Amino acid sequence: MSIKIEDLSTYAKNTWCPGCGNFGIERAAKQAFIELINEGKVKREKIVIVTGIGCHGKIADYINVNSFYSLHGRAIAPAIGMKLANPTLNVIAFVGDGDALGEGLEHTIFAAKRNVDITVIVHDNRVYALTTGQFTPTSPKGFRGGSTPKGSPEEPLNPIELMLVSGATFIARAYSANLNHTKEIFKQAILHKGFAFVDVLQPCYTFFDTYKYYGPRVYDLQKDGHDASNWEAALARAREWNYGGEEAKRIPIGLFFKTDKTTYEDIILSGKDLYDKTIPKINRILQKHV
Amino acid sequence: MNHEYSILIGGQAGDGIRITGYTIAKLFNKLGYWVFAYNDYQSLIRGGHNFSIVRAADKKIEAHKEKVNIIIAMNQETIEKHSWRLENKKLIIFDSNNVKAEGIGLPLTEIVKNKGLPLVAKNSVALGALASVLDLDFSLIENVIRSSFRRSIDENIAIAKEGYEAAINYKGIFKIPIIHDSQSKFLLSGSEAIGLGAVKAGLKIYVAYPMTPSTPLLHYLASNSDEFKIIVIQPENEIAVIGIAQGAAYAGIRSMVGTSGGGFCLMVEHLSLAGQAEIPILIMIGERPGPAIGLPTYHAQGELFFSIFAGHGEFPRIVASPGDPEEAFYLSAEMLNLAWKFQVPAILLADYSLLESTFSTIIDEEKVIIENPKLWKGEGEYKRYLQTEDGISPLAFPGMEKAIVKSNSYEHDEFGITTEDPELTKQGAEKRIKKSIAIENELKKRKTIKTYGKSKSKIVLITWGSTKGAVAEIAEKYGFNVIQPLYLNPLPIWEIEKHLSKAEKTICIEANSTGQLAKWMKYHGFKIDETILKYDGRPFTIDYLEEKIRKVIY
Repeated sequence: MSIKIEDLSTYAKNTWCPGCGNFGIERAAKQAFIELINEGKVKREKIVIVTGIGCHGKIADYINVNSFYSLHGRAIAPAIGMKLANPTLNVIAFVGDGDALGEGLEHTIFAAKRNVDITVIVHDNRVYALTTGQFTPTSPKGFRGGSTPKGSPEEPLNPIELMLVSGATFIARAYSANLNHTKEIFKQAILHKGFAFVDVLQPCYTFFDTYKYYGPRVYDLQKDGHDASNWEAALARAREWNYGGEEAKRIPIGLFFKTDKTTYEDIILSGKDLYDKTIPKINRILQKHV
Repeated sequence: MNHEYSILIGGQAGDGIRITGYTIAKLFNKLGYWVFAYNDYQSLIRGGHNFSIVRAADKKIEAHKEKVNIIIAMNQETIEKHSWRLENKKLIIFDSNNVKAEGIGLPLTEIVKNKGLPLVAKNSVALGALASVLDLDFSLIENVIRSSFRRSIDENIAIAKEGYEAAINYKGIFKIPIIHDSQSKFLLSGSEAIGLGAVKAGLKIYVAYPMTPSTPLLHYLASNSDEFKIIVIQPENEIAVIGIAQGAAYAGIRSMVGTSGGGFCLMVEHLSLAGQAEIPILIMIGERPGPAIGLPTYHAQGELFFSIFAGHGEFPRIVASPGDPEEAFYLSAEMLNLAWKFQVPAILLADYSLLESTFSTIIDEEKVIIENPKLWKGEGEYKRYLQTEDGISPLAFPGMEKAIVKSNSYEHDEFGITTEDPELTKQGAEKRIKKSIAIENELKKRKTIKTYGKSKSKIVLITWGSTKGAVAEIAEKYGFNVIQPLYLNPLPIWEIEKHLSKAEKTICIEANSTGQLAKWMKYHGFKIDETILKYDGRPFTIDYLEEKIRKVIY
């Protein structure tokens, strides 16, 4: 029996602002889950979404699947723990840009370095919205917010470039207004065996409305002849747009890089089933202590 | 005590002092003695001064004395720093190639160099010499080296034999008897006992970032992970440590983390998450002197209040502290069971001296069982935070077909959806209070305190952690009563008050500068007359404590 989008909805009242880019991400995620379930590629009960704190995190309340609503910046470490405990789970971390590139940056880098088989989806609105508009690691230099009335003094971080040098084996960018493209990227990311990172450009209608900025600039890498198996080419494409401002001409979206590598859990577990309930005898070990 | 000996071995860091101390401890353990071996080492890799004191006796002991009978000196500094310790029947065995002293000088360096072996092999020569002096069969040394060393076993046995022969003129000048004890005693550190206990209670994932004195537990579990059927993870920092452990627990796997005070600081936000989201987690804190970096490789009991009060918001937790490896083994297992039974953080507070010292210990693995938590029976819609009489909701895990498991760090409804509703907020807080009450009721059925000495004594010594080793020995000698709470939060007042009703003088003894247990006892309405505190980074020794107690009482 196939499932429908209503089956993945909860009774929670949605409190995102009208016009919020999060709606696009939620819709694309639900659609991706439904298609993967109906195609028999993923089981609904195996899906776990893990979120940090920020507007993005509310997605835990809005999608009716297993969820772990964590602390600010702390979605990725628990996601790794779940995958190690039960490698049959499909663990998808929905995180914010301040959340996973600021507060919890170390976990993002190390998850990529380990190539643990989880998916990280960044709701990259380039602003702290839930705290009413401050600059984040990906805000353009000069961003005027509550804490930087004269403009942010920092250059933005380029998460695509960061993931390329950190060892992520699937790196993509999506734009929340391109629903179908975003959904397809999510599906590929979830099915990728290894660490998948998707940076979703997400306008914040209230504090950083970027619809008019992204609309004319985004282009699809896959329609532009990009070879996603080529790391150097991926790096060049990543540097095409540095999360800056008006000067940028083109913003690539789609798959930057994909490669195959042994996963962290395969190495760590090496065949161990942690659900095995038999308790080891320690007597043999104790004899070494006599 | 009819037979009791203390041996100090000292040298530079990198000289292999610790393993030699351990080997001497093993030697006495095999001869039927009860052994306690204390290791004093500095936070450096080479140079500096390290020493171990091995105390062996014909009855159970769990602390060392300042005074010793034999010193084995690998360098001059050992003589300079420790010769004051010698008393009664005394003897120095030293490396005559670089030490000037009175006693048995043997050219340890030369013997090793002649064989073309690294200088660290001096220890095995000294060990052989010691065996001669103690009048032991060489086969015993061979046996002990075989079971203690990981590498170069045959070379070490051969060189120990040279030491044995070199000291043949002194054979038996410090003859010791074999103790006939039918009990089989294991030589365990607190770290090893904690690891073994957790494994027997179903531990599957241990996560830690290296930090003294929790590192030996990390190494012990990692080196035995296949035999224990567990995985051991060392992530980027302590925040990831506890995050990974909590993710595993959410997926139904028993996890544990280990750290020291500084690392626990980083974990505290996740401690609060465990409180709100009701995630079972066992946290081992290895105490060392703080604040900040403090004295990394020394002893303290300074994290009692930190363990009890850490974390924002109000939520239930269990804090317990073992005093020796036997207690460590059973408490570690029990705490893992309780964490899951009540879906709360459980903090096992262990001090440096417990974790890094070696004790003759009797434990029985058959006495530990996995206690099953309250599990969802698969009927109806699953609610992760179902309101129940005792506040404990049945557990289900992701991957179960009919359950949607929503864990939440926000205040939430029964299903796990975020709420800001005043009535649900109140119910959430009350659920946590119900769990606190349920924990207390459960602990009333369990062994929560230990007592030593003479129960009728009007003088009651109150202590916790490994300090109880010295306190219990003094109390037995003078006939005082001792109370050692194993559980510190909730404090088992129902047990403690039974032993304090007739007390005329209560003395709290602990290794910190502010008397945390004394204050915690007073908070619960108990009268504490005196405190004996030690905060120089070193544990209480028998002779030191005896003098302090005599001053307070007589």
